[in-house]
Amino acid sequence: MAKSSSRGTRTRKKKADEVPKEMVPVYIMGKRYFVPAASTIMGALEYAGYQIKRGAGCREGFCGACATVYRTPKSYKIQYGLACQTVVEPDMYLAQLPFFPALKKVYDIEKLKPSTEVLSAIYPEINRCVACNTCTKACPQELEVMDYIQAAIRGDIEKVAHLSFDCIMCGLCAARCPAEIVHYNVGILARRLYGKYLAKLGEYLPARLKEIEEGKFDEEMKEIMSLSREKLEKRYYERDLDFQIT
Amino acid sequence: MYPEYMRESIRKVEATRPKRLELAKAGLSKVFKPMTEEERDEVLRKFHPDYTPDARREVRVGPNKGEKLTSKVVDLLEAHSRIDPKKFDLSAPDYETDILIIGGGGGGCMAALWAIQNGAKVIISQKLRLGDANSMMSQGGMQAAVNPHDSPVIHYLDIIGGGHFDNKPELVKTLTMNAPFIVKWLQQLGVMWDRDENGNLTTKAGGGTSRRRMLSARDYTGAEIMRNLRDEVRNHPDEIDVLEFNPAVELVLDDEGKAAGAILYNLETEEYYLVKAKATIITTGGFGRLHIKGFATTNHYGATADGLVLAYRAGAKLLYMDSVQYHPTGAVYPEQIAGFLITEKVRGLGGQPVNKHGELFVFPLEPRDVEAANFIRECTERDNGIKTPSGRVGVWLDSPIIDMLNGEGTIHNALPAMVRQFHRFGIDITKEPMLVYPTLHYQNGGIEINERAETSIPGLYVAGEASGGLHGRNRLMGNSVLDYNVFGKIAGINAAEYIKSVKIGKLTLQHVIDFERELKEVGIPKDVVSPMILPDYIPEGVKKKQLTTEWHGTLM
Repeated sequence: MAKSSSRGTRTRKKKADEVPKEMVPVYIMGKRYFVPAASTIMGALEYAGYQIKRGAGCREGFCGACATVYRTPKSYKIQYGLACQTVVEPDMYLAQLPFFPALKKVYDIEKLKPSTEVLSAIYPEINRCVACNTCTKACPQELEVMDYIQAAIRGDIEKVAHLSFDCIMCGLCAARCPAEIVHYNVGILARRLYGKYLAKLGEYLPARLKEIEEGKFDEEMKEIMSLSREKLEKRYYERDLDFQIT
Repeated sequence: MYPEYMRESIRKVEATRPKRLELAKAGLSKVFKPMTEEERDEVLRKFHPDYTPDARREVRVGPNKGEKLTSKVVDLLEAHSRIDPKKFDLSAPDYETDILIIGGGGGGCMAALWAIQNGAKVIISQKLRLGDANSMMSQGGMQAAVNPHDSPVIHYLDIIGGGHFDNKPELVKTLTMNAPFIVKWLQQLGVMWDRDENGNLTTKAGGGTSRRRMLSARDYTGAEIMRNLRDEVRNHPDEIDVLEFNPAVELVLDDEGKAAGAILYNLETEEYYLVKAKATIITTGGFGRLHIKGFATTNHYGATADGLVLAYRAGAKLLYMDSVQYHPTGAVYPEQIAGFLITEKVRGLGGQPVNKHGELFVFPLEPRDVEAANFIRECTERDNGIKTPSGRVGVWLDSPIIDMLNGEGTIHNALPAMVRQFHRFGIDITKEPMLVYPTLHYQNGGIEINERAETSIPGLYVAGEASGGLHGRNRLMGNSVLDYNVFGKIAGINAAEYIKSVKIGKLTLQHVIDFERELKEVGIPKDVVSPMILPDYIPEGVKKKQLTTEWHGTLM
């Protein structure tokens, strides 16, 4: 069957047996379209004819641009997913949430101290958390969001940093929170404080910076830059590749 | 879940694994012999997509006129402006600033932060949201010679060889010597680099590197850096004005030919705005969404080479725009993630590419173009690939061997994004291999710059993937993240210095008028406009019914 006829139209209801088995109906913001059953939600939007402006970003699950809420028939349950990472379900009702007016505080990271009070001082609303766990349920990355907010209340920056590390800042947690917490902004603040002030730093990097500043590599660099192409090729292909990779 | 016929091939991969594990423990070059120069040349010539007959065509207009460039790029360079340059009112700018930065990814944010530190006010024009960029998607890491057994000079040699000795040496030197300082600066911003128990940075191998030099933040390295940069940009609302969903469509020059801002396009209201600036920085990234040669891409939705088009019309010369990077390991199965990036870190941790018989066929860490060409040979000439139900083909990337080499739990800790990605589609990469094939990944060339990030147009700077020269004709892993950081910083500093003395004259779009005349002279029809802004994925069935004949207001 030709593609155009299998898509279904917006004005005429299709009988179930007219629709090929591999196509499923989905309701994009209430309008029905038939889309390939194996589509992601993003694929379905585009198949239906949407030119996405907001609501698509990296398309690989890293950027959080395509947060989507949906519901399947007969269920009261609101479900969450990234449009680029979620395969459509028959009769799903879906809407994208490409922007959420979340609070982000302006701060000078140089002047902050990684104290147990700092997260509460900047985002005092974290203390309004009622531990309902809706944020965790909403997280498409399956992070323990409520746990890291609880850790934030206790002032455990390291725990917040690690528990929130895989956050893609899609905003679904904040959109659902009855206490109006912006979890992901608490997370990034904690991670920055951890990376800047609390992470243990080794000796190799400062030693290397000192070497460069003292000009240790200048002669060697000058020499290699002066090589003819032929000599450079020789040196390249003769270089040792048997380093330990693990 | 793999279908049974693919599982059959996986059993062969499992059967050869103990032997391959022994080889890996004996040393990297014991796994498979690295290619010689002659072997590299041959496999590239025969199998790399750049060398197929229709890959390149001659560009008939502009600064690179007469050169053969990637065909899809030429299509955009030979296209028309979105606006009528004669009608545009240049007397009343909608915005005025010191520095206009076009592109709010990693390079743009870095440039902005360094520009304001040097006293300038900045506007960032961003097509989508701030941070919506390939920068966000880098998984594996960033190269920097931080270990005692490594040095910026060894890093230099790896880059030059990987780029087939076509790289601009001064750019490579600038990159490698600045790398360790960038690591430190990002740490002080708050980036959580992976570290060992002593606090030293964890380093992994990459294709074409002769040392472990890849620094990472799990496999969210790009996201970790990008979200730090973005957060910091948002901490300076008085100095940096971010205009989201406002891509640039033309550069504006002054009557002396200096860069003087740009025309932006509001994606929602469809208005065009004039931004007047004393200097302009292009950080628009690459071109994956052109789907060159029909390849799927790892790239961001907005990677449509816009900056290249703008700069070209304004007279900037392009370098190495005949070369395209295909990442060897794009996902092939399941279909929903076809073309997605499988980080090179998988091979950096010891993951091995094997064919349908479970046999090794290539050194796992050749430079990307060589590795990709070998994969294509294995799947075509040698017919040793595995076909998917939808007709794609690929080779196995054996990931379970990583835990055997490095210890249980390594995959979960080092590759959480990969585990999550495949788990969403029913595959456990700690137990089963991934099916991979080359995917369109990176624009090796771009707008030519010098080590000060300057172009041939005064006041126009370029940093990151949009620039050309640094990577020669093949970039190595981990050097693009480094690139946008190093040259974003340099562009920001130099632009901030430049604006202190520059005087901008009368604004003009004469270069666009001239370019249009040139297009007319060689008889190029008016059927394509550029920059592309966003790719078009609307199916034919829908297009047939989009029958509006005239545009009124914003409803097309």
